[in-house]
Amino acid sequence: MLDFLMFSAASLADIASNADIVSLADVSASDAAAAAAPSIPFLLRLLGVILAGILTENFVLSKFLGCCPFLGVSKKLDTAVGMSAAVIFVMVLATAVTYPLYRLLDSLGLEYLQTLVFILVIAALVQLVEIVLKKFIPSLYESLGVYLPLITTNCAVLGITILVIDNYYGISAGYTFGGGYVTALCAALGSGIGFLVAMVLFAGVRGRMEQSDIPEMLKGLPITLVAAAIVAMSFMGFSGIIANLGLQ
Amino acid sequence: MSQCKNAPKKSVFKTIGDAFVNGLIKENPVLCLVLGTCPTMAVTTSASNALGMGAAATLVLICSNTVISLLRKVIPQKVRIPAYITIIAGFVTIVQMLVKAFVPEIDKSLGIFLPLIVVNCIILGRAEMFASKNRVALSALDGLTMGIGFTAALLAMGIIREVLGAGAIFGHELTFITQSSWLAPMIIFILPPGGFFVFGMLIALVGKLTGKKNQPEEFGCDRCPAAATCSIRVKGGELDA
Repeated sequence: MLDFLMFSAASLADIASNADIVSLADVSASDAAAAAAPSIPFLLRLLGVILAGILTENFVLSKFLGCCPFLGVSKKLDTAVGMSAAVIFVMVLATAVTYPLYRLLDSLGLEYLQTLVFILVIAALVQLVEIVLKKFIPSLYESLGVYLPLITTNCAVLGITILVIDNYYGISAGYTFGGGYVTALCAALGSGIGFLVAMVLFAGVRGRMEQSDIPEMLKGLPITLVAAAIVAMSFMGFSGIIANLGLQ
Repeated sequence: MSQCKNAPKKSVFKTIGDAFVNGLIKENPVLCLVLGTCPTMAVTTSASNALGMGAAATLVLICSNTVISLLRKVIPQKVRIPAYITIIAGFVTIVQMLVKAFVPEIDKSLGIFLPLIVVNCIILGRAEMFASKNRVALSALDGLTMGIGFTAALLAMGIIREVLGAGAIFGHELTFITQSSWLAPMIIFILPPGGFFVFGMLIALVGKLTGKKNQPEEFGCDRCPAAATCSIRVKGGELDA
């Protein structure tokens, strides 16, 4: 027990020494710099990107994107899994469509329209997917289509589309169009799977909490948030794992 | 003092003071309505970031409320959500450019949360619930009060996290914490777990102070601004029932 406490204190001190006040922009800037290192084979770098999305840069527990479905839908395991499946699907699809679209905007000199175009494209895409699913694959619609409206205007989907442009686009960041596109899709897939992992874990935690004796003041949302804090703390233990595996 | 769950649903305020009390306490968008949780936890690593985010969001909220209220009789019902999103995205782009030009430090520290104001539930929610049904002056006022409520909540969280986590406030080091022999800044408050924890504690505190049955119990469908068009709701189901 004492060993564990000392180890966790040491890793916290590590994190502290690396950043005075951690800002989210710092994290993505250092990622871009690291990703431009040419010495790692491309496929291994893709694997690193996927693992990073799950472990070290988990969308919900490190970046705070997608908190609303995380806190709202994680009570039962099957709704949690259904929601996460829908999120993975929309994230990958949205990245697949918006990344080339940004290239088009860039070539026309219209990068400032990024926010507007992306959110409209995402909204339209999700509507389209919902209609297609409802008509052609009703069973899939029943299990995952119902969550689609909830994730349209969600931080997670718009967040991933903007993040992949920030990190994996352009000659200045060291990416050709094709390489950047594949890396972006892997990042979306990794982030989606990370969302799934976080949701499933949290569904288990909430199941345990149902049977606990909670003080009156903390019942409901506050204790859920405290539980999320502890889960986030456990994920902090993964920091540095991707670099140490040689994948970043 | 009336409680969050029983907040007055009427859309006309007797005095301007009433409107401010509503936005700040009775229907505080972050602590009572629990909207806009993502930026609340993410950008409050320091008090100045919180203030910057609050100011940007308030500006977008006032402008979008005004324009949507001006156009409320013109926008067709079926396409109102995409129309609102377009208007809000336009203003977010403007604010992004303003911030990049005049306060680039805020742009760097807010990161992607500046463009993510577009999907902030508060703005879409207020557009749907208030601006589309009320006069321009009232909508602008509502935007201002909700924005101030949002900023106040963000500032509270930002100050708590910065003082406990870095021993500083607005960037000024508090020597009685950093150079004390028995107190030390606890860096976990600036990291993600601290965000969740401080938010939960703040909601619990506000709930305790304003009444027993006050706390928002769970995320329910009523809270979500997409409730009107949500296919789950239309089917008659509660999401986590």
